[in-house]
Amino acid sequence: MSSLTIHDLRKSFGAVEVLKDINLEARPGEFIALVGPSGCGKSTLLAMIAGLESVSSGEIRIDGRLVNDVAPRDRDIAMVFQSYALYPTMTVKENMAFGMESRGVPKADQEKAIARVASLLQIEPLLRRKPAQLSGGQRQRVAMGRALVRDPKLFLFDEPLSNLDAKLRVEMRTEIKKLHHRVAKTTIYVTHDQIEAMTLASRIAVMHKGVLQQFDEPQVIYERPANIFVAGFMGSPSMNFLAARTASLDGAAAVALDLPEGESVLPLPTGTKPQKAPGQPVILGIRPEHFTVAHRAQPGQTALGRLRLPVEVVEPTGSETMVVLRAGDTEITARYEPADAPKVGQTADLLVDMAKACLFDPVTEARL
Amino acid sequence: MADVTLARDFDPLATGGLRRKVRAKTLVYVLLTLFAAFYLIPILIVLLNSFRELPEINRTGFFAIPRSFSVQPWNEALNTFCVVGTCEGIRPFFLNSILMAVPATAISTAIGLVNGYILSMWRFRGSEWLFGFITLGVFLPAQMTLLPWAYILGNAGLTNTITGLVLIHTVQGLSFTTLFCRNYFVNIPDDLIKAARIDGAGFWRIFRRIVLPLSPPIVIVTVIWQFTGIWNDFIYGVIFSSGDKQPITSALIALTAGATSVRYHNVEAAAVLMAAVPPLLVYLFGGKYFMRGLTQGAVK
Ligand SMILES: Nc1ncnc2c1ncn2[C@@H]1O[C@H](COP(=O)(O)OP(=O)(O)OP(=O)(O)O)[C@@H](O)[C@H]1O
Ligand SMILES: [Mg+2]
Repeated sequence: MSSLTIHDLRKSFGAVEVLKDINLEARPGEFIALVGPSGCGKSTLLAMIAGLESVSSGEIRIDGRLVNDVAPRDRDIAMVFQSYALYPTMTVKENMAFGMESRGVPKADQEKAIARVASLLQIEPLLRRKPAQLSGGQRQRVAMGRALVRDPKLFLFDEPLSNLDAKLRVEMRTEIKKLHHRVAKTTIYVTHDQIEAMTLASRIAVMHKGVLQQFDEPQVIYERPANIFVAGFMGSPSMNFLAARTASLDGAAAVALDLPEGESVLPLPTGTKPQKAPGQPVILGIRPEHFTVAHRAQPGQTALGRLRLPVEVVEPTGSETMVVLRAGDTEITARYEPADAPKVGQTADLLVDMAKACLFDPVTEARL
Repeated sequence: MADVTLARDFDPLATGGLRRKVRAKTLVYVLLTLFAAFYLIPILIVLLNSFRELPEINRTGFFAIPRSFSVQPWNEALNTFCVVGTCEGIRPFFLNSILMAVPATAISTAIGLVNGYILSMWRFRGSEWLFGFITLGVFLPAQMTLLPWAYILGNAGLTNTITGLVLIHTVQGLSFTTLFCRNYFVNIPDDLIKAARIDGAGFWRIFRRIVLPLSPPIVIVTVIWQFTGIWNDFIYGVIFSSGDKQPITSALIALTAGATSVRYHNVEAAAVLMAAVPPLLVYLFGGKYFMRGLTQGAVK
C-alpha cells in the first residue's frame, strides 16, 4: 500500500486553474521531490496534502484513507515551511512541544520526544532560546525538529533550504538525506532547486504550469526526460536545443544540422529505428557534458557526431570550463576539461555522444 | 524587538555647508520651542491658579503672577466642593469615570482583538466588506449617534446609568479597536497560523498561544486610545447622564455652571487638573509602547 496517493487532483482559485489532473503516489519511506519553476503550483499541491487548501476535485489518500475533507490536525502529517514559521514568542522547546500539547500528549512523553529529537538534530543547547536568537541554519534545524517530534505518517517540506546561504544549503542537504535514512518516513519535498531534487529524492515529480510533466527516478528524468521542458529544467547548465531534421548517413538513421559553416550530419546510435521520414524537423537536445574534444575520442566509441563551431565565451569554474559556442543563431554550452578549453575566436572541434542525445518533436515537445 | 530609534539614514540637516546647518538647526529649535510653549502655557496657567487664593484671583485676574499659595483649592475640589447637590467634591464623579472607562476600555479592546484576529486570519467570503463597514464607524461623528443611542438606552432601561455609558463607549470604540488590531494582525505571517493548524491547534488555542503573545504593543495602543478617548469624552456623559451618575467630564461642566454666579476659579482649576491625571498616567506608562505600536509591524 502506498503511503500517499493523489488521484486526478485539481485546484482552482476562482476561474484560475492552478493544478490540473495531478496523479502521484508515494511508497512507504519514499522521498519525493516536487520541482518546477516559480508559480507552477508546488506549494498549492503541498498545502492540499496538508489540508490547508481545499480540494477542487480528485482524491488525496494518506495510508489509503481518503483525507479530502479531513482537518490538517487529523491527517497525521508534519510540515516544514520555507519561512520556518517558528512561533516567535515561544522558546525552541515550547515550539517543539506545541503540537504535542495541542494533542494532549502527557508531559513526560513530550519531554522524552523532545530529548530524542534534540539529540538527533544536535539542538540541545538551543532549547531555551527564542527563534529570534537563532541563526538561519539553527532555525532551519529547529523547524525540522518541530516536525520530527510528532512522528507523523508524512513529512512535507516546502523549500526548507531556500533561505540559507549556498554553503549551508549544501550542508543541510546532506543532513536531510542522512536524517531521512535514519527515520525513513515518507517525505514530500518541494524545491525549485533541481540539484536538491536530484540528490535527495528517490523519485522526482516535475511540474510546469499546474501540470505534472514527469514522475520518475532522478536518473531517468535526467537521461530520458519526457519533454523539452523537463530536459531544459533539470540539469545545470541547461541542455542545449538545436533545430535539426531527420536524415540518413550511410543508410543508418541520423540527424542533420544546417549551420552557417555547412550541413553537419550526426549519426544516431545503431539500432535506432527511423521514427520519421527523412527531412522532418526535430529538436536535438545535447547536454553540455556530452561533448568530447575531438582528439580525446575513445577508440571504439560509436554514434559520435562531429561539430566544428566558433567559440564565443569561455567561463572557467575551476573544476571545469564552460564554453559557449555559436551554432547558427543559437548558442551551445559545452563542458571542457580546463586543460582542453579553447580560446575565444578559435573554432572548437567537438564530438557529440549521440547515444546520450535526445530528440524532441518540435510541435508536441515530447521526446521521440 | 529593538527599541525605537528616531535616527534616520538620511539626515536632512546634514546636507549643505556649516552655515546652512546652523541656520536650519536654529530654525528647527525655535519652532519646536514655540510649539511647546503654545501647548504648555495654558496648562501652566491652570496649574498656577489652582494654588492661588480666590480673593487674589478676583483682584488681579486669572493671568497674573501668583502672590499667594494654598493647597486649599485642591482639598476642596477633591473632598468638599458642592456639585449638583452633593458636597463631596469631584470624588464621586471621578469614581463614575473609572467605573465607566475601565470596563468599556477592557471590553472594547478584548472584542477588537477577537475581531481583528478573525478579520485578518480567518477570512471568509465578505470579510473585507464587513471590515469596511466596521471601520466606517471611525468616521461617524458622535452627534449622529445620539438619537439611536437615546432610543436604545431608553428601551434597554439603561438611561442615566453607568452601564449605559459603558455600553455606548464599548460599541463606539469597536471601530477603532477592530481597525487597530486587524491592521496589526495582518502582519503576522500566514505560515505561523498554518503551522499551528497542522500542529493541531484550533481557533482559540491559536489566538491564546500565538496571536495574543504577539499582541502587547497593539493592546497598549488600543488601551491608551480607548481609555483617553472614553475618559475625555463628555458628549455622551452630558446627554445620557445627570446628577450623581455623571462622569467627571460632564461634572466639570456642572461645577462651572453652578447655581450661584460666584466662580471658584482656583477650585475649578484644581478639579480640571485632577480630571486630567488618569489619561496622563496611562500615557506616561504606555507612551513608549504607544509610539512603538503605531510605527512597527507585528513581527519582523
Ligand atoms: N490564494 C490564492 N488565490 C489565487 N491564486 C493563488 C492563490 N495561491 C496561489 N495562487 C496561484 O497559484 C499558482 C501556484 O502557486 P504556488 O504558490 O503553488 O506556486 P509555487 O510553485 O509554490 O511557486 P514558488 O516556487 O514561487 O513558491 C500561482 O500562479 C499563484 O499565483
Ligand atoms: Mg511555493
